[in-house]
Amino acid sequence: MTGFAVLAATGLTWHLGSDLRQLTAYPFMVNALRAGALVAMMAGAVGWFMVLRRQSFAGHSLSMIAFPGASGAILLGINPLIGYFGMTGVAALAFAASSPRGGRAGSREGAALIGTVQAFVLALGFLFVSLYKGLMSGPIALLFGSIVGISNYDVTILAVIGAVTAVVLAVIARPLFFATVDEEVARARGVPVRALSFAFFVLLGVTAAGAAEVVGATLTFALLVLPAATAQRLTARPVLSMTITIGLSIGVTWIGMAAAFFSVYPIGFFVTTVAVAVYVVAAGIEFAARRSGTRGALAVGKFQT
Amino acid sequence: MTLDDRRHQPSVVLVNAAVRIARQNVWSEVNLTVGHGEFVAILGPNGTGKSTLVKAILGLHPLAQGSASVLGAPPGVAARRIGYLPQRRSFDPGLPVRGADIVRFGYDGDRWGFPLGLGKMSRARREAREKIEWAIEMVGAGSYAHRPIGQVSGGEQQRLLIAQALVRDPDLLLLDEPLDSLDLPNQGSVAALLSDICRKQGMTVMLVAHDVNPILGFLDRVVYLARGRVISGTPGEVITAETLSRLYDTRIDVFTTSEGRLCVVGQPDAPAPHSGHDHHGGRN
Repeated sequence: MTGFAVLAATGLTWHLGSDLRQLTAYPFMVNALRAGALVAMMAGAVGWFMVLRRQSFAGHSLSMIAFPGASGAILLGINPLIGYFGMTGVAALAFAASSPRGGRAGSREGAALIGTVQAFVLALGFLFVSLYKGLMSGPIALLFGSIVGISNYDVTILAVIGAVTAVVLAVIARPLFFATVDEEVARARGVPVRALSFAFFVLLGVTAAGAAEVVGATLTFALLVLPAATAQRLTARPVLSMTITIGLSIGVTWIGMAAAFFSVYPIGFFVTTVAVAVYVVAAGIEFAARRSGTRGALAVGKFQT
Repeated sequence: MTLDDRRHQPSVVLVNAAVRIARQNVWSEVNLTVGHGEFVAILGPNGTGKSTLVKAILGLHPLAQGSASVLGAPPGVAARRIGYLPQRRSFDPGLPVRGADIVRFGYDGDRWGFPLGLGKMSRARREAREKIEWAIEMVGAGSYAHRPIGQVSGGEQQRLLIAQALVRDPDLLLLDEPLDSLDLPNQGSVAALLSDICRKQGMTVMLVAHDVNPILGFLDRVVYLARGRVISGTPGEVITAETLSRLYDTRIDVFTTSEGRLCVVGQPDAPAPHSGHDHHGGRN
């Protein structure tokens, strides 16, 4: 949960300058904003592909797996980061190995397997929490996130992971996009469809683990899916769409963090509320554009990437 | 190899080739030579392995027997010089990808990296745009190429997909039922377009077709599959009562209508599409 003690000393003044000063006065909050921007970038970019590949269900499960991962690590007395990344990493590899030949995880068997794993890990997480008799920040923080307690070390780790994710995604982006939209032709052209699917599952797992540490296991999914779904409603231009996704992702995360700072409620609530609001507005714009016969100002345009 | 050598080299050579799926021969003892720049139709009832033949040429299905050479190399090696249009795909109307993006996949979709050029004016980027615009122009899709692919008509999608197969100026174009699900006028115009590209660009074109009539006037060669065997030759040699009766091992008649359309009569009922089984019992 957010830190009541700290928050008692602060209050929203509705004055941008002084509110921003308050927001950045505490090192913990600066760390939260830095970590938030890092996971928002990762979740935006990876989430954009996840939505396009229709792997949202797998993304949801991988986010949930962070919960038993972290609580299990705490129970064993090891660094929760190892729990987050270890467990989602293993699950991502398992999903990748069981996904149909090369393809999207849209198959019935794949979905059933992912659903089974998800139910099991959630139960496992609660078991770990109840087995642990000492002081654990509680399942609520693991599930719904917290802006306190992100150390410099955590930010450094997230920066390294974020950089690796960005580099890998930048290298595979074009063939991954091709394989996602037009798998059969991509395979005929010699694109390693299966290897890309594998790599993407690992990126998705790593991103889910990193984001879960900051915004909580349940709300990681919101960050993965909502900005991407919003942007994809607004434009059919791929690069523009991904830019909007990352921008929205950082925006909703920071707004959610600021709102959590000035109130007593957890960050996850604010992040999802802002993200859902933006999505509803985008869906409205799209609907209006379709009614009026155009595809909206963003949808048309020449085909420069 | 110089361009001139390429022109004299056959595009596809199969020698005594067989493909096996689930330990059953789809077809066997196939001998086939397709010369450079030929316009070829692959014909035959459903389930006889027409798509499998295309995939074997692409190197997506290994040969169980015999040998194959595609553009002078084993299948799959020259993938970059082949344009491929698989059997009818459709795109979800909400897919946030434009027709031009689909065409672009054909140009550089298999290259590693992120699709941002080195600045708007870089040479590579200009070249990519020119090629993509050329391919779109070639199929006459200029007016709808910027729209999301799922929101244009089936015929328009098909033209954009042909542009995708064309965009890298391939030496060999493999098209799996490109005329399927198009209405008659569209079938005629797409067939004429393909034959035009074949002549002008000196491209070898092989297409799988259900009905030979829309393309009959353009064909150099026909590859006819039935009962696990393949016959190839000019349409005049292959689509005759005598040849087809021998291929099917039963009485087949070929009639020519007053407009010059061919009618093949007596052909055993084709099995249900995509059943994957050959009901003629000829596979072995």
